[in-house]
Amino acid sequence: MKFGIIVFPGTWSERDCYYSLHDVLGQEVDYLWHKESHFATDYDCIVLPGGFSYGDYLRVGAIARFSPVMKAVENFAHDGGLVIGICNGFQVLCEAGLLPGVLLPSNHLQYRCQWVDLRVENNSLPFTLKCHARQLLKIPISHYEGNYYIDEAGLEELESQRQVVFRYAMPSGDITIEANPNGSLHNIAGIVNNHGNVLGMMPHPERACEGLLGSSDGNFIWESIIEHI
Amino acid sequence: MSISKEDLDKVALSQREYELILQELGREPTDVELGMLGSLWSEHCGYKHSSPLLKLLPSKGKHVLVSPGEENAGVVDIGDGLAIVFKVESHNHPSAVEPYQGAATGVGGIVRDIFTMGARPIALLNSLRFGPLTEPRNRYLFNGIIGGIAGYGNCLGIPNIGGEVIFANCYSGNPLVNALCLGIARKTELVSSGASGEGNLLMLVGSDTGRDGIYGASGLASRTLGGDQELRPTVQVGNPFLEKLLIEACLELAQTDWIVGMQDLGAAGLTSSVVESAEKANMGVEIDVLKVPRREENMTPYEVMLSESQERMLVIVRKGNEDKVKTLLEKWDLRCDIIGRVTSDHLAVVKEGHAVVAQLPVNFLTSPPMYRRRSKRPPWLDQVQLLDLVSIPDVSSRQCNSVLLRLLAAPNIASKQMVYRQYDHQVMNNTVVPPGDDAAVLRIKGSGKGIAMTMDGNGRYCYLDPYLGGVISVVETARNLACTGAEPLAVTDCLNFGDPDKDDVYYQLSDSIRGIARACRELKVPVVSGNVSLYNEVQDQSIYPTPVIGMAGMITDVTKHCTMSFKDEGDLVFLLGDMIGDGLGGSEYLELIHGLVRGRPAIDLNLERRVQRSCVEAIQRGLVKSAHDCSDGGLIVTVAESCISGGIGFRGTRWRLKERRDSMLFGEFQSCILVSISPDLTPKLEKVVKRWRVPLAYLGEVGGSRLVVKGYVNLSLDNVEEKWRHGMADLLATKSSIDRTEE
Repeated sequence: MKFGIIVFPGTWSERDCYYSLHDVLGQEVDYLWHKESHFATDYDCIVLPGGFSYGDYLRVGAIARFSPVMKAVENFAHDGGLVIGICNGFQVLCEAGLLPGVLLPSNHLQYRCQWVDLRVENNSLPFTLKCHARQLLKIPISHYEGNYYIDEAGLEELESQRQVVFRYAMPSGDITIEANPNGSLHNIAGIVNNHGNVLGMMPHPERACEGLLGSSDGNFIWESIIEHI
Repeated sequence: MSISKEDLDKVALSQREYELILQELGREPTDVELGMLGSLWSEHCGYKHSSPLLKLLPSKGKHVLVSPGEENAGVVDIGDGLAIVFKVESHNHPSAVEPYQGAATGVGGIVRDIFTMGARPIALLNSLRFGPLTEPRNRYLFNGIIGGIAGYGNCLGIPNIGGEVIFANCYSGNPLVNALCLGIARKTELVSSGASGEGNLLMLVGSDTGRDGIYGASGLASRTLGGDQELRPTVQVGNPFLEKLLIEACLELAQTDWIVGMQDLGAAGLTSSVVESAEKANMGVEIDVLKVPRREENMTPYEVMLSESQERMLVIVRKGNEDKVKTLLEKWDLRCDIIGRVTSDHLAVVKEGHAVVAQLPVNFLTSPPMYRRRSKRPPWLDQVQLLDLVSIPDVSSRQCNSVLLRLLAAPNIASKQMVYRQYDHQVMNNTVVPPGDDAAVLRIKGSGKGIAMTMDGNGRYCYLDPYLGGVISVVETARNLACTGAEPLAVTDCLNFGDPDKDDVYYQLSDSIRGIARACRELKVPVVSGNVSLYNEVQDQSIYPTPVIGMAGMITDVTKHCTMSFKDEGDLVFLLGDMIGDGLGGSEYLELIHGLVRGRPAIDLNLERRVQRSCVEAIQRGLVKSAHDCSDGGLIVTVAESCISGGIGFRGTRWRLKERRDSMLFGEFQSCILVSISPDLTPKLEKVVKRWRVPLAYLGEVGGSRLVVKGYVNLSLDNVEEKWRHGMADLLATKSSIDRTEE
């Protein structure tokens, strides 16, 4: 199976995604430069990694969405291809309209890098089929703008269509204000589009692929994708 | 000699230095020449006070590939064809003037020093000192500096894996911001900074040049703060996104043979960059300031040569390869311009079009006069070193609980999680031990090895005894590494002191360096790079002499690393080492509880080495489950920290280690490490320590949910953790309403 990792100027998680997918999980991986407007080869999954695309100077993800490569990502998603946006990648997908909602600055106005527990809310997706229902995944966050927001109608639709994939949870599995690291609505950490083939999540699964680094729970997500294809 | 004192002051040159210049040139210097000389002869670039003293530091070792001064940073061989490159740099004064940008550009500068050499930056650390957070100005500096470090470093995608945050009155208004960057490179891909090869081209890459940061090196870094001058324009504004592009582009360039060298633009901007790269290659350079792209109109040659605009690199391109280099840089949307060439006449020539505006011998520019003074011991030292314990009442058994809780909540001991969680400490997927432990540990992908890294300094000890303080700052850093199981590889040092023209300060500087040198020799660890920051004073009040040591160590098998957390119920806890002296001199306890900064620390270097060796051996052989350096707050604080981070309690016996309770519980002894071990392995540990002739004292066992030392301390772990975890936040929260008026 073949992954393509998009690289914008200012992206910095591409190497971590590459290492985890290629060196840890033994997958084929290519980097895709943001100036390419179409993919030269067929990919099974496109990854939009974390970082500060274009410095995130105007608004997170706002400039990246106009990159030539985003046209290709859009087409790929419309054809049903699997797309996963992590952190800045999630922000770019929202800006590009591939996912609903927006990511605001954290309610405490600070950057946060820490481990969180994610509760799997929908395990029938290509991204989560190796997880059991309500499984907790220990995966780190590292962001300033991760405070997911959407209008009331949109939120209702997300919930009713089971598009919320991950929520920040206590180690007990409870969803509480205390477990929420950034103020996101309904403790949302990750969502899918209504076709279920585009996932955006703030936590970094590529940082949780080896026990030596503190957790290998990220592999539940990667291995789900691999099994699905 | 028609120059006014005012004009000389502007470039920080003395009358005597000006006369030297006249003598050498046989004419009056042009204003551009004077500006160039002032910058390069400043303390910041020229090390004119510290250079003779720095020669005392051992810089050679079997793993050392590049020693201090040879290139932008020191280089150490770590095997497998790889080398680590690391250096620390201060940005104290810019951060005092404009905390966010001052600290941010400090990070930017040290990162450039590393990737300039062809090494990928893989870790940042920083050592910070502030005045008490009870003062609004200090809270403003604290929030701004940490925000700047986070804002810049996070955007670059380089993990910030640790350091220290310390508070003392003397840093009010003159905070210390020492940033360290560690990089890794294939030995074959290291890049020199030398401008070699006549006719090769000097290419300026990155940001346009503006009027920011002029006089940064001479005016801001080489003088004391104070007066009513508006200094903010001397601080630059950082653009981390551009720096990230420079990192990637320059590392791609480093893998080609299109370039002969790279040199970043830091203090004194284009001046130091072109002159130093010419000096390294023993060549000359000629540049035309009209070719330098500008951000502002009507800039003079003087301004162009001294601007400290950030995110600029000088690339020395092998002639004929300029188009290839340009294409590579354009891929990263980076601007580049050829501004000059390498010559063979050993002159630095600056032109504006056809007009020559400066022409000076390179080696004259890089050879400032050296100032060697006689070191005179300050008479007040005897007085502050005197500590009469008879006049200080011991703590009663009943007071031990409350004193411990006060210490745990004190800003110098309380958890710094609220600081380091603002830094991305995981990006790059190497962080095995994150910030908060004795030292951070990174794995080196593909090698099975680990690098442990930490920074440490103790200004209070150095104030009380500069020599012993210097010794201890080195051995304590090494001890922190030993607690992870790492063998020390090399040191980078940041020497923060006051005005060296004062006898007291010069004594502190020279004695601290002597102490550092002595300890480095004892531990056989070379100093491979460093930085000197002088003139750290406000209104004539000097900071504590504060040498900060950054040290890297090697863990041969990273899976065998150790942490400070207690692990399992029933494990036995021992004190490895010996409590020499009373441990109260210069201790956190003495200042916090008795309001005294007095006495002096004690150290037996030979014992210290044996303690560290035995600890590393015990870890490498898989004997101990945790190891934690005993330092600030004393033995009981050390035990509490191992409990908190392990989430498990401790049941201590009735300790009889010292006669005085305060000394035993809260005294700060060198050469002491707290270890925990599974009971069945204890005989093996006893054998190891016996061979190293190191004492081992039984303290109790891991378990339960309380922290207990029979007869003295009995507290619930929740209570202990609450105080330690919220100490910093509580301090900031209670004062936040005042801050708004400050900003």
